[in-house]
Amino acid sequence: MNSIHPFPSPVDTPTGTRASRGLGIVVFLGMVFLTLLGLFFTDEDVVQGSTVRLMYIHVPTAWVAYLAFIVTAVTSAMYMWGKQHSLTFDRIAGASAEVGVIFMGLCLVTGSLWGRITWGTYWQWDPRLTTTAFLFVTYVGYLAVRDLGGSHHQRAKRSGVVALLAVLEIPLVHFSVVLWRSLHQEASVLQPNGDVTMDGLMLFSLLFGVAVFTLLFSWMVLHRQRVLALADAIEDGGLETALQERRNEAN
Amino acid sequence: MTQHSTSTMSVARAIATKDLRIEWRSKVLVNQVLPFAGIVMVLFAFALDNDGILQRVAPGLVWLAVLFSSLIIVQRTFAIESADNALDAIKVAGVSPAGVFLGKSVALVVQLLLFECVLVLLSLVLYQVQLSWGGAVLLVTVSFLANTGIAAMGALYGGLGAAAKGRETLLPLLLLPAVAPVLIAATRATESAFGVSGATLGEGWPWAALLAVFGALFGFGGTLAFGVLTEE
Repeated sequence: MNSIHPFPSPVDTPTGTRASRGLGIVVFLGMVFLTLLGLFFTDEDVVQGSTVRLMYIHVPTAWVAYLAFIVTAVTSAMYMWGKQHSLTFDRIAGASAEVGVIFMGLCLVTGSLWGRITWGTYWQWDPRLTTTAFLFVTYVGYLAVRDLGGSHHQRAKRSGVVALLAVLEIPLVHFSVVLWRSLHQEASVLQPNGDVTMDGLMLFSLLFGVAVFTLLFSWMVLHRQRVLALADAIEDGGLETALQERRNEAN
Repeated sequence: MTQHSTSTMSVARAIATKDLRIEWRSKVLVNQVLPFAGIVMVLFAFALDNDGILQRVAPGLVWLAVLFSSLIIVQRTFAIESADNALDAIKVAGVSPAGVFLGKSVALVVQLLLFECVLVLLSLVLYQVQLSWGGAVLLVTVSFLANTGIAAMGALYGGLGAAAKGRETLLPLLLLPAVAPVLIAATRATESAFGVSGATLGEGWPWAALLAVFGALFGFGGTLAFGVLTEE
């Protein structure tokens, strides 16, 4: 069988290890506990009512999204400037960006829902919101660049440059949007944080959510980058198989 | 001056001259893209259908038309390279990628300036905005600085699309979010130049500074990154 299809199959090369399975179980239990905390154990907010429960998902998703893009930038830089030019760094960058885009999407959706109830509108041209939306589109573009084809190292170099350019772009986008809004509109957004004191359990739930989502991110990136490694191996193997077939034909 | 920097500059000059000469002879931009930009300006007027609003949003419309046109101009500037695999030939010839990037960017800056002259003139006629001498100086400075940023990003991502063969459709997705700060800054500065939305002339110059930072940052970044992005 292996002589015909020498590709790594999910059976003989699973992406899970004992450690990652353990991590997965911890994440699952943490998520269950976070759900109980968010929906049942914590009280309603004095001002926001039950809407505050969205925060237990929204804040962690925003945190994970930004963390993911930092990881992408750092691992891209490690690929570009590392002596080995290790493709593992490139695959972590790609996996992290994929997970980041998903979480940024979730962050925008949960933020919109919260905004509709709290501000009365799904969208505000607030600098943070606008920057987040731009970050989302920029990394969708980054993922498209990863799909351009070519060799693995070509993909790694191209997407590495785009990831590093994004690191330059995003502060400029944020800065220009801050200037734009400050000149044209006074901040009219309700700021529920600031001097509002937070109930102990609510604060714990928020921080617990951030911790669990960070573990979830690690778990997803770990598996995704292993899947990407297998996909790369299949691609390489595919070429070798094709060469072998031609050689067999010649013989 | 080292040998490398001399050759980079001479490559840049050669590429820019070649690109501009091709456009001068083919007249594709003047005959096809410029009318497109003109019709976009007219369509904006149809869509908004109110003189007061048009005057107020004229700066944004001018720069939106510039950005839309820039997508076509960038695609065109790399289509002439990929048509006969000229980009590959340039790479095989071993010329400096930084020189190619700078040459392409300079040619784009010049072409975009031509567009902006026509679009600003159209906005004076169609949208009835006013332009003082002080405003004109600000507008010329802003146009030049904004073009530097758009051209640098355009050359970078256009080159990436061209090197990836037939993936030019990626250009708007990569370029438009990246040049959003240029749109914001150039529009605000042009508001000051036109004196609309209560903006004074003095308020426009800090935006010009932001455009200068953007242009310098990505001009420099692009010079370093172009070779990697267009590598086979």
